[in-house]
Amino acid sequence: MSEKFKTVLKYAFLIICTVVSVFPLLWMVIAATNKSVDVIAGKLSLGTNLVENYRNLIGQQPLWGNFWNSCKYAILVTVLALVVSSMAGYAFEIYRDKAKNMVFSVVLMTMMIPFVALMVPLFQIYSRLGLLNTTVGFILPSLATPFLIMMFRTGAKAFPLDIIEASRLEGLSEFQIFFRMFMPTMKSTYAAAAVVTFMNAWNNYLWAKVIMSDNTTQTMPMLISSLTSGYVTDYGMLMLAVLITTIPTAIVFFALQKYFVEGITGAVK
Amino acid sequence: MKKNKLTLSKKQNLTGWIFLIPAMALIMCLSLYPAVKALITSFKTGAGSNMRWVGIANYARIFKDTVFLQSIRNCIFYLIIQVPVMLILALILASILNDRNLKFRGFFRTAIFLPCATSLVAYAIIFRSLFATDGFINTVLVKIGILDTAYNFLSHATSARIVIIIALIWRWTGYNMVFYLAGLQNIEYSVYEAAKIDGASPLKTFTHITVPLLKPTILMTAIMSTNGTLQLFDESVNLTFGGPGNASITMSHYIYNQAFKGVANFGYTSAMAFVILIMVAVLAFIQMKVGDDRE
Repeated sequence: MSEKFKTVLKYAFLIICTVVSVFPLLWMVIAATNKSVDVIAGKLSLGTNLVENYRNLIGQQPLWGNFWNSCKYAILVTVLALVVSSMAGYAFEIYRDKAKNMVFSVVLMTMMIPFVALMVPLFQIYSRLGLLNTTVGFILPSLATPFLIMMFRTGAKAFPLDIIEASRLEGLSEFQIFFRMFMPTMKSTYAAAAVVTFMNAWNNYLWAKVIMSDNTTQTMPMLISSLTSGYVTDYGMLMLAVLITTIPTAIVFFALQKYFVEGITGAVK
Repeated sequence: MKKNKLTLSKKQNLTGWIFLIPAMALIMCLSLYPAVKALITSFKTGAGSNMRWVGIANYARIFKDTVFLQSIRNCIFYLIIQVPVMLILALILASILNDRNLKFRGFFRTAIFLPCATSLVAYAIIFRSLFATDGFINTVLVKIGILDTAYNFLSHATSARIVIIIALIWRWTGYNMVFYLAGLQNIEYSVYEAAKIDGASPLKTFTHITVPLLKPTILMTAIMSTNGTLQLFDESVNLTFGGPGNASITMSHYIYNQAFKGVANFGYTSAMAFVILIMVAVLAFIQMKVGDDRE
């Protein structure tokens, strides 16, 4: 094989992978602007049916109510999880001793518990406490995750102890050191954690399905899932709903791709 | 002086615990306590407050439940086909994209990573629509003459499972590739340049340098993918509806149906959930034994 042929082969492979990766998303955008019959006929150019699809969608589903729910849940989870989990990760590293290391191992072990094992007991606890169909109920289990705690513990390893010592001499309390010194220094760790947490919260489908039975509290993934249950599928409308569900995560993805990569690879090492 | 210092470190130690209180309380109440409760429930039967002990009857029932056994087989099928294909593909892509002389490197990387921007339900629905009888794939296959009439991919057991695998590979290859690219950053680039000067073929470089040096990362992605595949839910629910029949249903999907559709037997659903836990733990253990050759 000549060198040139190899290069051609390499680029051909990359281009095929790129097309396969991008095509379904492109198809989604195109389908959202077309009539269902055109989508079925395999039309691959933008259509003029976007407004009509939109009217059908808001006529059938509480679109913006559910969109707002998803935004609200995802943003609240992100903000609170970052505070709760970073405090824990920081404490496991900075104040570490034997007892805390043991607690940390237990935290790591909980990673192996499949969510379906927790789903039923949580549902029972929630119905007793009246937490079904509530925002608080949705966000609580996502605030202290082993993944985030691990990520912040790893991050805290890079935090210079000199800063802590100096701050103590300055008379800052331990809490002040965390909020005024650690948090601002670890901006990129927080950004990475925020992106991953937001994505996970937005995509969380099983948990929402378990506790949100009311269509005014349901999320976007639940809404698009319910659109596929009929006998005849209106592809134009369906793909518009899928597109709207994808936009927030796509924006986060494009704007913060660097942090996303850091985020998903961040907890390891 | 010494006494003073002791109390100071004691005070700091206490502060450490205070920092941990919110997270630990949440993990205790929403993870550990429910897990223990589920474990206890898995040895009981009945509903509501009328639960009674039945020993291991729920676990024994699993071996007679043909649908659950089918769901285990399905998950294992997804696991042994999808995970190796995806990881190898991700490794190949990462090693190509690690070449600094490659043109449009950033573009290719972003494009292949792009599927990660979609939510799981969203991509499951996109693939459902693409592979529907009146979907785009059929339209194209009929038009170019590969098929005479549209093939209903989702109503045949094997093709439905394969569509799930294709969808999973599409969604997660870029995700795993990112781990490998990050891992490759830690390998001195000069190693590759030296290999090139020595005339090593790309295949040799791949099998003799890239794979061995990335072993810890490969191990980690393998464990994560295994864990994820054994807990598949969104795809089964939204792509194939578990069907045809229950031919492509996953364990989590079946457990969800048993728990929340029709008459629930929480004892039995808990027992099935612990089967997943045991499988996750055993497979992670095996992979770590196989992957770890440091001693």
